[in-house]
Amino acid sequence: MTLDQLKPGDEGYVQKLRSRDRLGRRLMDMGVYPGLRIRVIRNAPLEDPMEVELDGYYISLRHEEARAVEIARK
Amino acid sequence: MKIGLAGQPNSGKSTLFNAFTGARQHVANYPGVTVEKKIGWYASNGENVEVVDLPGTYSLTSYSPEEQVARDFILREDPSVVINVMDASNLKRCLFLTFELMEMQAPVVLALNMIDLAEKRGISIDTQKLSGLLGISVVATDMKTGRGKEELLDTISALADSSGASGGIGLDYGEMEPLLRDIESRVLAETPHLPASYPLRWLAVKLMEGDSEVIRLVASAHPSPEDFTADIEQLRVDFESRFDEMPEIHIANRRYQEADRIARSCMSPGQARRLSWSDRIDKVVCHRLMGPVVLVAVIWLLYYLSIVQGYNVTNYTWPILAQIRSWMEVLLPGAGFIEIPIMRAFGLWFVDSINALLNYIPIFFILFALIALLEDSGYMPRMAFIMDRLFSRYGLHGQSTLPMVLGGIYVGGCAVPGVMACKAIPDERSRLATILVIPLLNCLAKVPLYVLLINIYFASHKVWAMFFISTISLLLVLPISKILTLTVLKKRPTSPFVMEMPPYHVPTVRGVLTRAVERVWLFVRKITTIVAAVAVVVFILMRFPGISEERMAHYQEEKHKAVSSFIQDIEDTDYADAIDPDNIMAFIRYWSGYKNARLGAGGGDAAKAVNEKFREKDPELYEIVTRQGKDGMIAYRAARSLERSRKQLLMDMKNEQIHNSFLGWAGKSLEPVTRYAGFNWRVNVALLSALAAKESSVATLGALYESDERGESLEKRMASKETGFTPLHGLSLMLFMVLYPPCLAAAIAVKIQAGGTRWMLFSIGYSMVLALGVAVAVFSGGSALGLSGFQAMWLFYSLALTLTVVMGLVRNRPDFGVV
Ligand SMILES: Nc1nc2c(ncn2[C@@H]2O[C@H](COP(=O)(O)OP(=O)(O)O)[C@@H](O)[C@H]2O)c(=O)[nH]1
Ligand SMILES: [Mg+2]
Repeated sequence: MTLDQLKPGDEGYVQKLRSRDRLGRRLMDMGVYPGLRIRVIRNAPLEDPMEVELDGYYISLRHEEARAVEIARK
Repeated sequence: MKIGLAGQPNSGKSTLFNAFTGARQHVANYPGVTVEKKIGWYASNGENVEVVDLPGTYSLTSYSPEEQVARDFILREDPSVVINVMDASNLKRCLFLTFELMEMQAPVVLALNMIDLAEKRGISIDTQKLSGLLGISVVATDMKTGRGKEELLDTISALADSSGASGGIGLDYGEMEPLLRDIESRVLAETPHLPASYPLRWLAVKLMEGDSEVIRLVASAHPSPEDFTADIEQLRVDFESRFDEMPEIHIANRRYQEADRIARSCMSPGQARRLSWSDRIDKVVCHRLMGPVVLVAVIWLLYYLSIVQGYNVTNYTWPILAQIRSWMEVLLPGAGFIEIPIMRAFGLWFVDSINALLNYIPIFFILFALIALLEDSGYMPRMAFIMDRLFSRYGLHGQSTLPMVLGGIYVGGCAVPGVMACKAIPDERSRLATILVIPLLNCLAKVPLYVLLINIYFASHKVWAMFFISTISLLLVLPISKILTLTVLKKRPTSPFVMEMPPYHVPTVRGVLTRAVERVWLFVRKITTIVAAVAVVVFILMRFPGISEERMAHYQEEKHKAVSSFIQDIEDTDYADAIDPDNIMAFIRYWSGYKNARLGAGGGDAAKAVNEKFREKDPELYEIVTRQGKDGMIAYRAARSLERSRKQLLMDMKNEQIHNSFLGWAGKSLEPVTRYAGFNWRVNVALLSALAAKESSVATLGALYESDERGESLEKRMASKETGFTPLHGLSLMLFMVLYPPCLAAAIAVKIQAGGTRWMLFSIGYSMVLALGVAVAVFSGGSALGLSGFQAMWLFYSLALTLTVVMGLVRNRPDFGVV
């Protein structure tokens, strides 16, 4: 499954990044990499984007982009 | 000696920069890009050290202008030391950038900043061990209190003295190592000059990463560039098929693994959670219902404090500017009865143009300080988080929120700070779209014309007309931005919306004020000089060729008539000899001096003192201006009528001057086109004069609809002069003003922020065409359909609303190659 399918409160582990373009790089730069535990904090008031916690710090991203992050539920 | 500050956004670079350099700093732009370049200086052991505050970056790829600027600085400007500033609580993630810096063989010193916050969370870091593992110096700092600053300064000097010994471990890329070694030897053999200027290892890693900039760099130094590029691509494809991992992701992965290993071995975890009060604030600020409420409250407060309260402050600062003007009035050559020396006219015009702009400084200062407050506190990303969904539908970005608010999303903003604030938008396409639409919002200077027209043509529906004009601009801006995104900006690169939500910080007074002063200064320097230059041009356009000699002779004759009729009137009074007909100005100056002094004095003793002073100056004239006795009264009446004739003459001359100026000609020659929008030449001239500053439109109309002595309001004068005008004319003119091209200052801001004159010209051109198109459609269409102005207003509103909804539904999602 992919990150955009998680609901607020859900947790999972990053398995793989599936983007060729700059998106993959950008996610990597922001600290999203395989093996990391990821937790969905909330969705924005209009549903998109979403906020997630990675190892003690927080980023927000659009669901569209979260599709590039493959997740394994624990 | 030159040093650079590199690090993630919000790691405290600017705070450290300020702590080092104090007031000795300077802001400029990097050539060709919109990234701010901050340079400062400090003295170390008698040596002058130049410090460059690089833009905040998470890594150093060539994807964004910020990263490129930082990268070019490190590679090309050969800094003696690069201070890698990082948030100590996020050691692991921040080391990612450190590895990249070490790979570039930069002489790195690590500043573990915000150590106070890390300690509060119970995190402890063994700096000695960290330094040993990385092979570079590490200093823990708290730049809010200055803790660790001295040690950091010493470390910098020591590293600079040991020149060149950058140290730092190399990273092992595992399965990729053999490939990297191959590439290294190929580069060394085939482009032998390159490794002198660029670290070989770094080139190899970047080539494997597929960094387009580095591929181009190496290829351009290669004897057969196509082959080389193809070979590299082949290596990358092979790697991916063999290890089922994209090479760039493998590289990043290895860096994180190594960072994780190092962080684990020299840091006790503490509670890895973000400060709990930051979470608590976010529970409210990003809440489904409370979030938007807080956002609206923040925006309201921003408007209220800067526009409303800032405007009140200008009541105190305006007298200073007015004082400068009156000094100029004294210094410049005096006015004759109808002859205004050109130096005087120009001098006053120039001062007025500059004053109009300087008058905004209090507003800008408050605005910039509040923005700095929002930036430093960490609220900005939350604002973007809430608004992104709405704005991204129209090709804009979550971070377009602040620029739009500043530009006047409702009524009363200013395009200049709005466009300037676009710098923060990380997505080039959205940034350009935002820059291009901000001038269409309702800036403060458009409001006087709206009010004028609403009072004349929509007097019975004032509230509705005001609502219409306040909200219509947003309904135009959103679809226009979407259309620009789908057409002109289609090819512009866009970036993913992946944004850090940093913990909240309590901003420092110093940081906020420094930024506000810095930005106001930048504004004054950049904008005012250009406005001054253009004031000269507009002056010439409005004045020349001007009144012909015959006409001037005519006015001279009128003058003589007025003066001799005055002399005749006072012939039989006691004052016949008091006034010299050849020096009538002496009397006029005395009189207006008296009037001004009385006005300034108010009543009571001060007024008495003024009377006394003028009596002493000239007892006879004093009796006239204070209407003493029968003769005094007669002379006073004669003087009043003389003054009236003079005013009328000056007004006629001014009117004729505009009529016969380049601007007047332009207004008239545009009439065949603007007729379809309902504009005659007078309206054209008013609109043309607004090109420099929108406030001018109403002032020019004031000059064109000359007032008679009854002092009627401009509303009445315009209505009585333009008897053919209907509310439909008024509506068309208002909509034209909404879409009017950016004023001069805003155009300059567009040029600075969009990074080119081309965009400035485009921004002026497209809004001009759009404005005329809409005005023509409304006026000609409305006339053809037989609609009243009020009906046409709401028909237009529904069309704009429909267009907004429809454009919002058009899909325009960037494709980031998700596989
Ligand atoms: N507690 C604490 N706050 C800091 C420290 N250094 C910077 N800050 C705050 O962190 C925020 C971001 O700092 P800034 O210098 O603007 O970061 P930049 O984006 O890297 O330039 C500001 O509100 C600073 O006041 C520090 O050492 N300790
Ligand atoms: Mg900064």
